[in-house]
Amino acid sequence: MVAFTLNGAPVALEVSPDASLLHALRGPAGLSGPRFGCGTEQCGTCMVLLDGAPSYACTLAASACAGRAVTTVEGLGTPDAPHPLQAAFLAEQAGQCGYCLSGILVSAAALLARDPDPDDGAIRAALDPHLCRCGSHNRILRAVRRAAAAMRVPA
Amino acid sequence: MSGGKGLIADPVTGTTTTGFGAAMPPADGRPRLPGSLHLNRRLSQWLSFHADGRVTITPGKVELGQGILTTLSQIAAEELDVDFGRIAVTPAATPTSPDEAVTSGSLSTQDSGGALRHACAQARAIFLGVVAQRTGVPVDSITVEDGVFLGPAGAIGSYWALADQALLETEATPDATPKPPGARRIAGTSVPRLDLPDKVFGAARYVHDLRLPGMLQARMIRPPSRRATLTAIADGALPGDARVVRDGDFLAVLAATEWEAEAAATRLAARCTWQERDTLPDQASLAVWLRDAATRGERSEVASRGTPGTAGRTLKREFLRPYLAHASIGPSCAVALWEGDTVTVWSHTQGPYNLRADIAKTLRCPAEKVVVRHREGAGCYGHNGADDVALDAVLAARAVPGTPVRMLWSRAEELGWSPFSPAMLVEVEADLDADGGIAAWRSHIVSNGHSSRPGRDPAPTLLAASMLADPFPVKPSINPPMAAGGGAPRNGVPLYAFPALKVETTRLLEMPVRTSALRGLGATLNVWAIESVLDEAAALAGEDPLDFRLRHLEAKRAVAVLERVAAMAGWRTRQRREGWGMGIGFARYKNNGAWAAVVAEVEARERILCRRLWIAGDVGEVVNPDGVANQFEGGAIHGTSVALLEEVRFDRRRITSDGWDSFPILRFSEVPQVAVDIIARPDQPFLGAGEASMAPTIAAIAGAITDALGIRPRALPFTPDRLAAAA
Repeated sequence: MVAFTLNGAPVALEVSPDASLLHALRGPAGLSGPRFGCGTEQCGTCMVLLDGAPSYACTLAASACAGRAVTTVEGLGTPDAPHPLQAAFLAEQAGQCGYCLSGILVSAAALLARDPDPDDGAIRAALDPHLCRCGSHNRILRAVRRAAAAMRVPA
Repeated sequence: MSGGKGLIADPVTGTTTTGFGAAMPPADGRPRLPGSLHLNRRLSQWLSFHADGRVTITPGKVELGQGILTTLSQIAAEELDVDFGRIAVTPAATPTSPDEAVTSGSLSTQDSGGALRHACAQARAIFLGVVAQRTGVPVDSITVEDGVFLGPAGAIGSYWALADQALLETEATPDATPKPPGARRIAGTSVPRLDLPDKVFGAARYVHDLRLPGMLQARMIRPPSRRATLTAIADGALPGDARVVRDGDFLAVLAATEWEAEAAATRLAARCTWQERDTLPDQASLAVWLRDAATRGERSEVASRGTPGTAGRTLKREFLRPYLAHASIGPSCAVALWEGDTVTVWSHTQGPYNLRADIAKTLRCPAEKVVVRHREGAGCYGHNGADDVALDAVLAARAVPGTPVRMLWSRAEELGWSPFSPAMLVEVEADLDADGGIAAWRSHIVSNGHSSRPGRDPAPTLLAASMLADPFPVKPSINPPMAAGGGAPRNGVPLYAFPALKVETTRLLEMPVRTSALRGLGATLNVWAIESVLDEAAALAGEDPLDFRLRHLEAKRAVAVLERVAAMAGWRTRQRREGWGMGIGFARYKNNGAWAAVVAEVEARERILCRRLWIAGDVGEVVNPDGVANQFEGGAIHGTSVALLEEVRFDRRRITSDGWDSFPILRFSEVPQVAVDIIARPDQPFLGAGEASMAPTIAAIAGAITDALGIRPRALPFTPDRLAAAA
């Protein structure tokens, strides 16, 4: 049993002591957003925020998250109350297959939390751990810039 | 494609195609219907109306990340005159969906869109006819507004009030009349994609996310190398309740959780003894192997015309491409469930019926005992591991009847065991005339076949079929016929008006690694080979590469995309910059599909970086402009990645590029800016969009490298080592 805060709510998950956070999230926690891509920290599809910092859920032991805060793409927003990044990704139609987007969205959220006005180089650097095979990169970069602008101007 | 047209003659090549996609026979005596409707004629197979105001469409083409379901929904909403939001799409499944063969070849808008446009126009006419008969209002006086039928005095019915599926239990006929281009309101607009919201909110949309009650998790244990045989498994415990499924060299584990399945697979793999042998060619001399294997291959003529005159000067050039991997971000996955002697498999296959056929052949059972239900997967760019993992899931689940089993490949399997796009060699001889133009062209394209898709051979082509205790043989891959675009010789016949031309190809009959279709097939090498020789001939003639192309081109639409891209990129006023270069590439995909011209700008540092791409395209009628732009951008970035980075690596036994470190693809820090402009042709047939930009992008990058460094690349990818060898 490992207890932590998942998307703002306390959870206690039944997992093997050495199971990865990704398996805990997709297994007992029942989430779909964090995805398996490589298992070796090379593609970013499993990325989640651990106490606000992008972390590879595929290699992180679930037990290492005890007492900490884990945020997945499901914790950013919902269709009724989307995160500005999610709204911007829809506005820019930033995606094709979409398999990479869960990880990219949480990394972009962490970037905008620490730098509300990142330049192109900073956005590319923050997203460089993430692979996108469909070639949606330019749309994704535009969407992050759009979200940053929206977040700087409170509604 | 708005009407039932017959053969379409290409104005430049003189070749004819059916214009209906690979699934369409040239003629079968029945009245010609558009796209896949010809072979799936019953209207109820394509759409249904519901009393609650919804419309369901049921195409046989599948979502691969390309946005096709949105496009097809637009076409249906347009012809029915209902709001876009009323359309729901049912994922393809056997045996009820129309059999539209494979979602491939940039043919889905033609095949499925053409069918749905006609079917919906006909359904609309049938419903209006019934309403006219019941109310006495003449059909010509009835309009349709968001599904409500309006007569001169107001509403007289609706699709929902009349939601009578029996009206659609009829065969389509050629006389339905889709709307003229000027009347379209939904088709031709950038409607947001239907699938994207799920993807940005992390909803369970992929087959990977399917959770069935009691479902077990499965993993494969792969041989260490091609054609290795399993000689022994040492005894030992496995974690939890994990169990082993073995049939010959097929070895899988089942467990309650993913973690246990992976741990069990790792432990079991360590206990296996495999007998290995050298089966792969020497990667360092791939061209030598291709030439040697070609002497034992199947040589054939692709095209020829004219008689070569006396050559003043002949350029002899050779172009090489390595094996390429699909490299999807999500490893292949499937869920299978046996109930009695019937098995259902949820799969991200491109061809549900084709997959069903090969699973049934492998199981030696009737096709009706297999049900394939499509669920989306990660991006698909051709025949990847989707079909293979479906059979893996079926074989693993056979051990636990009544229990669903989810099989997920590892990253190493995805990069190491999916079919590869074959290594290729193109030899070109171009005779130059007195004006420096190209008078005669001879080329020879050497490659394994570009298709081992399931469903097309009496024997199954799925990976596990060759690994069973009672195995099926692995046959050399084939090439689709030229009428369907060809495989290795795809785009190998230049569209340029050379007076004499002879193109030949040799299909290799030995296949050390399994090869099949990847975006563009042979075009990714053939277009570059043609465009590179043109660039070189232009340089020898002292002409601009754009002008040189234009004087060898006759088709107006070719000229239009080249002129458009030149204007976008400022080609004619470009300035030389030290260490930078620009190049141009052009192709009409398959010589019968979309037109695309690309300008690339590269910066030569310690390696080549592509900084900007400008693309002009012509896909005929555009249903979703943003969707087409997205496909062109994606294809161009895929092409940039192939041009600069991608290469399957191997030693004499093993594929060694089985991780992202050994098979790198383009990352955010390296991605060029891309500008796309699609020329509007609302009155022209659909030409497809998914594969058109990739090959000309590679050609343009090669030209830009020459412009920057004075080096003409001869082998992909354009890495520092290869460029140094070409210098």
